[in-house]
Amino acid sequence: MSDRLLIGTKKGLFTVQRSGPGRWAFGPPAFPGVPVSMVCRDPRDGGELVALNHGHFGVKFHRSDDRGANWRELAAPACPPVPAGEPPIVDMIGRTIPQTLKDVWALVPGGKDQPRRLWCGTIPGALFRSDDGGASWTLVESLWHHPTRKLWMGGGADAPGIHSICVDPRDSRKLSIAISCAGIWHSSDDGATWEAACAGMRAEYAPPGQEFEPLAQDPHQMVRCASGPDRMWVQHHNGIFRSDDAGRSWSEIKQAGPSCFGFAVVVHPKHKDSAWFVPAKKDEFRFPVDGKFVVTRTRDGGKSFDVLSKGLPEAPAYDLVYRHGLDISQDGERLAMGSTTGGLWVSENGGDSWVGVSAHLPPVLCVRFG
Amino acid sequence: MPEVHFAQALQTHVPCQAQRVAATTVRAALDAAFAAAPRLRAYVLDEHGALRHHVAVFVDGKALADRTLATPVAEHSRIHVIQALSGG
Repeated sequence: MSDRLLIGTKKGLFTVQRSGPGRWAFGPPAFPGVPVSMVCRDPRDGGELVALNHGHFGVKFHRSDDRGANWRELAAPACPPVPAGEPPIVDMIGRTIPQTLKDVWALVPGGKDQPRRLWCGTIPGALFRSDDGGASWTLVESLWHHPTRKLWMGGGADAPGIHSICVDPRDSRKLSIAISCAGIWHSSDDGATWEAACAGMRAEYAPPGQEFEPLAQDPHQMVRCASGPDRMWVQHHNGIFRSDDAGRSWSEIKQAGPSCFGFAVVVHPKHKDSAWFVPAKKDEFRFPVDGKFVVTRTRDGGKSFDVLSKGLPEAPAYDLVYRHGLDISQDGERLAMGSTTGGLWVSENGGDSWVGVSAHLPPVLCVRFG
Repeated sequence: MPEVHFAQALQTHVPCQAQRVAATTVRAALDAAFAAAPRLRAYVLDEHGALRHHVAVFVDGKALADRTLATPVAEHSRIHVIQALSGG
């Protein structure tokens, strides 16, 4: 059970500490005024990493090994230059793909047998590996130079982005990542080679006949059940999908409370059939259906969904929860989420009820139990 | 010697006082400043050594419109590195 939260916002990093049932209090903020795109607490060594996205001065990484008392800046990942004399890389509709780091969209620890390993996914769609706790980063060249790369598209951002990285707890060399927009990719050799595979995933926005193309898929977030790693869940651009074969094939869930559209998903670490989503009216709107802010929960693998709103604001409430704005504690007992309008809520009973911690934060980009 | 000044917005993140540097180009002047404050480089230049998209350099009051760091600087030039006012 975790008594601490790390909240990355557009105006800095906030920490929240639990002082009793339903009581959470803020500590002093860090990096005031600077967007904090991503937060990662490494359970193997207790280290905490944050990715900052200075509007003018680029993406920066900082690490703390004393629960945020002190931070030190580390090297940020670097995209390789376009070789001299070669034209810029353009995507399938003629847009130039940037070759400089724009943002960090995923930051996760490696396996238990890789004590200093971290994985980092970025915009533009690059995957980086660190084997020294984030002190240095190596580009995963096999993915960056993959022949299909020009077919990847930006989804919500101008360039493609890697936002989900799932390490298989049974074999740390097996990785699955999700890309907006380039579908789901798998590696069984520690990132040396990659294959796009997501049979059954459907993109209703794709041209006729291309709905099931793996690279056309826009997974918004992908998670894996820690105790049943073959079970994965995806909140996709046009639906909710479930896999029982480690992400190779997917079945679509077409009914889930008010909407199947959204960004965030978490799965219970011990109960693979229990997952939570934060629905919104579909893509051209991106706010809660009818202005009613709710969480949806399945406990039977997607056959049925509970619509949870106790403790959440009354309508009109136009809070949207981004893909990294919802988290579940390692024991599955607590949930936390933060919204684009600065709301922060915690549930200590699986989402049955929520406690508002703040309604006035800066827009929330990332919520992590720490 | 030319003098390099950094915007207050930069000094919030990396200590970088105004300094006189031995240099005949903007790049040489910046390199000299980076030698004194190594973290500063990644705030001003991107990973390929180009001026960051939202950073502006002025030499003697004139903006480097072509963003060419090979631009010469004179013995008494004043170089200002500021955040471009992109978006208000």
